[in-house]
Amino acid sequence: MADNNNLIVYCEFEDGRVADVSLELLTKGRVLADRLGCRLEAIVIGDNLKDVEKQIAPYGADVIYKVDDKRLSPYTSNPHAAVLINLFREIKPQVCLMGATCIGRDLGPRVSSCLHSGLTADCTALEIGDHVDPKTKKEYTDLLMQIRPAFGGNIVATIVNPECRPQMATVREGVMKKEIKDPDYKAEVIDLDPSKYVKDEDFVVEIIDRHMEKSKVNIKNSPIIVAGGYGVGSKENFQLLYDLANTLGAEVGASRAAVDAGYVEHERQIGQTGVTVRPKLYIACGISGQIQHIAGMQESSMVISINSDPNAPINTIADYVITGTIEDVIPKLIKYYKKNSK
Amino acid sequence: MSLNIIVLAKQVPDTRNVGKDAMKEDGTINRAALTAIFNPEDLNALEQAIRLKEKNPGSTVTLLTMGLPRAAEIIREAIYRGADTGIVLTDRVLGGADTLATSYSLAQAVKKIGHYDIILGGRQAIDGDTAQVGPQIAEKLGIPQVTYAEEIVDLSNGHVIVKRRLEHGVETVKAPLPCVVTVNGSAAECRPRNAKRVMKYKYAVSPSEMDKLSDQVKAIVEKRPELQLKEWGAAFVEADPEQIGLPGSPTKVKAIENVVFTAKESRRLSDNDAEIEDLVKELIANHTIG
Repeated sequence: MADNNNLIVYCEFEDGRVADVSLELLTKGRVLADRLGCRLEAIVIGDNLKDVEKQIAPYGADVIYKVDDKRLSPYTSNPHAAVLINLFREIKPQVCLMGATCIGRDLGPRVSSCLHSGLTADCTALEIGDHVDPKTKKEYTDLLMQIRPAFGGNIVATIVNPECRPQMATVREGVMKKEIKDPDYKAEVIDLDPSKYVKDEDFVVEIIDRHMEKSKVNIKNSPIIVAGGYGVGSKENFQLLYDLANTLGAEVGASRAAVDAGYVEHERQIGQTGVTVRPKLYIACGISGQIQHIAGMQESSMVISINSDPNAPINTIADYVITGTIEDVIPKLIKYYKKNSK
Repeated sequence: MSLNIIVLAKQVPDTRNVGKDAMKEDGTINRAALTAIFNPEDLNALEQAIRLKEKNPGSTVTLLTMGLPRAAEIIREAIYRGADTGIVLTDRVLGGADTLATSYSLAQAVKKIGHYDIILGGRQAIDGDTAQVGPQIAEKLGIPQVTYAEEIVDLSNGHVIVKRRLEHGVETVKAPLPCVVTVNGSAAECRPRNAKRVMKYKYAVSPSEMDKLSDQVKAIVEKRPELQLKEWGAAFVEADPEQIGLPGSPTKVKAIENVVFTAKESRRLSDNDAEIEDLVKELIANHTIG
């Protein structure tokens, strides 16, 4: 295989399903590949990959590489890294995208270190653009602009990798939108011989026990979210949010501060280091509105902020601001909802 | 079995408690307004290291940090809690490094330390949240990595058994030593300072801090090697100038912007019953809820 200068997406695959985040990246990757005038490629590494192309091709993948070996599932770092490193040396993609998941954030750095290519974590936007090095004045066209919040979300940085390839980036689940390009999109499927890409010595880490639970929390797809921040004050007070959520048929979310304080589990975290959500209604309870949180919910159709501080930063992006304590306001919301709904 | 344990740690600005004065008018960071702290997850890693030391008498815990000379502060903090010694990797030429150049520099320092059985570090630092340096150091050293660790369950016969906390569950893995283990914030909290250790090590200083001491204290430090923290530069760890600092960083910051959200016209309500009932009725009427 010759240098193809394409854009490749690493697709996570478990229990017969390609991860949502990978499909979201394929959707974005299709747009970027069109802009770059290159092909969109996908790689799936795992076990029992028969027909996996049927899940991937509709998102617009032109080429799908499959590396099918029993030992490649579940994921372990070195074998998956070895496949990507060896394949990338052959095909020299210009861009590689991965999910900013426990897998992508474990795999990406290992691959980028070996290939000495730059990797930008947790991008919130990806664009194609030109760049001039401020010192050498050297011009670069069509680079991947990797946009991410930094410094706890207080600034947004645009990162470029002018010289090294592939330009690598990870993106969290939910940040990009998943959209089928064409249900009948035709992809070329290439089965790679695992033994050519991964050696026995790569299987150094052994999984001795594994308990995966289907996540009970589904904040990403919930049309209404009741989210709490540090201002909720305690784990006990969070019960009020669950009561409101149960009444409205909503999910409970939280800011990083509330998760760090131990009020609620991490999988409910919304924001730059959690999930990005776009609900119909977002009820922010005792959330001050750090930028890194707002970044993960600003596309909500309607925002109600309940805060005892009338000047909480989140109020500036809220449609309704209720100044009061959650202990006082939430029971009233529940009471009047029950009274007025059929 | 006595172990040589290295803990990678970073002194970071406390980005979780950013006040209004943290950003300057021009959109750059006002570092003076942010306190420098021990990166939280590195403390979780330190706790795992101290536990290993307790279970394996004769082990040593060495803290390795890259940063400004003042990062010696976190070495002292680690020693107060149970670490033995530490090294600050500091040099002007190391500045401006992205994660890859940072990993290379730290990997060089690890090679200089020489013998190590296990390298622990926090999953990620709160100023960048990238989680890249741990796996990249493992790759540079050619050893395995175990990320998202919540607990070191066992270490024996040249292997470590680690419980990992993933998005949707837990996984227990067995990895050969030496390896890099990055520890999650969900792991056990780090023990507090030990008063006796604070007394014993309060004069632990790096060479550049020595100059600020009184002659009397200097004399004490000179007599007691355990108070002498190490300070290494790029040349000392034999770092290739092409691979460190800004020149060694494949990623470049093209632009930095202050985050501005478009403010909406908000309707302000008080917490009285009538206003809340009106709002609820309105939301039901326009099918936002119900």
